[in-house]
Amino acid sequence: MSAASSEDVIPITVEFSGGLEMLFSNQRKLDFSIAAKDESGLNSNVAFLVRYLCDNVMKDPRKDLFVLDDTVRPGILVLINDADWELEGEDKYEIQKGDNILFVSTLHGG
Amino acid sequence: MAPSPCAVCQTNRALILRPKNHQKLCKPCFISVFEAEIHHTITTNNLFHRGERIAIGASGGKDSTVLASVLKTLNERYDYGVELILLSIDEGIKGYRDDSLETVKRNAKQYDMPLTILGYDELYGWTMDQVVEQVGKKGNCTYCGVFRRQALDRGAAKLGVRHVVTGHNADDVAETVLMNLLRGDLPRLSRTTSIVTSTPSIVPSSPETTSHTNIKRSKPLKYAYEKEIVLYAHHKNLDYFSTECLYSPEAFRGSARALIKNLERVRPSAILDVVRSGEDMAKLVPGGNESCGNGCGGHATIVEEEEGGCGSSNGRTSGGEMASMEKQLTQTEVAAEEGLEVEITTAGTKPPNPPDSDAIPLVSGKKGKKLKGPPHGARKQPAKQTMGQCARCGYLSSQEICKACVLLEGLNKNRPKNSIEVSYDNPEESAPTVNSHEIKCTIVTQISEVEKTKGLIYNS
Repeated sequence: MSAASSEDVIPITVEFSGGLEMLFSNQRKLDFSIAAKDESGLNSNVAFLVRYLCDNVMKDPRKDLFVLDDTVRPGILVLINDADWELEGEDKYEIQKGDNILFVSTLHGG
Repeated sequence: MAPSPCAVCQTNRALILRPKNHQKLCKPCFISVFEAEIHHTITTNNLFHRGERIAIGASGGKDSTVLASVLKTLNERYDYGVELILLSIDEGIKGYRDDSLETVKRNAKQYDMPLTILGYDELYGWTMDQVVEQVGKKGNCTYCGVFRRQALDRGAAKLGVRHVVTGHNADDVAETVLMNLLRGDLPRLSRTTSIVTSTPSIVPSSPETTSHTNIKRSKPLKYAYEKEIVLYAHHKNLDYFSTECLYSPEAFRGSARALIKNLERVRPSAILDVVRSGEDMAKLVPGGNESCGNGCGGHATIVEEEEGGCGSSNGRTSGGEMASMEKQLTQTEVAAEEGLEVEITTAGTKPPNPPDSDAIPLVSGKKGKKLKGPPHGARKQPAKQTMGQCARCGYLSSQEICKACVLLEGLNKNRPKNSIEVSYDNPEESAPTVNSHEIKCTIVTQISEVEKTKGLIYNS
């Protein structure tokens, strides 16, 4: 694989909370870079990020606790730079450099 | 998408989309609207009285943490004149409650509220770890739910507090409305939709001392969406703890919970709609509030011990309950019972409870979700409940002996309530070759072992 130039990737921060971190090896915060273009050459959006997290980051086999019917499981809130993703176009939101994307579960108990 | 301005202040960028009305709000406006609505719930329902001491049932989770934070804020802002204290119940589950209790301890400092932690061991002589050791991981939620329900009342009585508030939110209430509808349990539908419930003393001549039979319960967050509770905690940086009960993980999987969340995804207002519908239906339940008599005023409803509950402190139904109920319904249909199931249970005739007939196959090593949650044999009675007091502990109960005492008796006699639970405790459960003889041996061995180590303990 050729070394990706800085234009090909987007550095972002992904956070998990509300119990979701348990599905991601107890990691609460991840800083990494994601490809700027998705599988079909379109600008990477949140749907692509979720697929990426499922395939590459999540070690827990219980994928359905994070993703259900190809989207984030109902009951898990997604905040893009602190804004509800429903205000940002949900999974169609195109990821920008330096974005902070937070997944919070409301499903876990106290 | 172009950022939208806040619908209230028209200046800041909106960060929150309110599920109930699609209003777009900025962070400060959301926080103030959220608090104002809780204040409205409290004042319109006359939940608090000046001078009242109120115990907040605190688990360290999002709901009770938000409740404590909001009540402290409102008590100071609107001068309710109430004294707030934190009451935590320690079920005695190592690695689960330990961590969340640490959160409650921090909250006690952060909110400057006195904290009391009361353990199941102290109250009942059994920790949940010990209960599970005896009855196994299936069915233990019944014990936990019954014990917890009384524990808050007993704790309050111990503290001389007559009012306990819990963090039940709109999602919780909507969930119980659906569950009770599906069960056809109208009396409970009526009780669980009530914002104030009480367990008034049946004996009018009892002295003025606080006993655990006259504790008032209320749910100030009843109309608050779980989503907004989590967002409030997030935007206010509240210190809360999320966890999964070790004995009932993923309780939301395949439960009424999942249904509620799916409904919300399609139509966010659905949650409050279900809550309101539940309230409206509750009004139609015959005898729903009649038993209240003069013991309690207004809309308070008598509540008996709940039998459900698992994991989180808010009494959620255990996972897979929808599935098992669906199965039960199918089997009931097959059994071609006439009339409503609710009407059958009064007459002392054996109610149709097909899942129990699965008791034996369960031990054959199948790990399938045959039976979860409370045993269905103990279906509650419909409207004609007459509330009395438990002959052993004095807790409000429609039976001579309350559910907790019955469960305790079973535990203390080292005789688990039914064989299903024991069989699951069998370490060989995964071996498909286990036969009933081996299981009997296991039970006998277990009993004698437990007998050696445990005496008959019960604190009333």
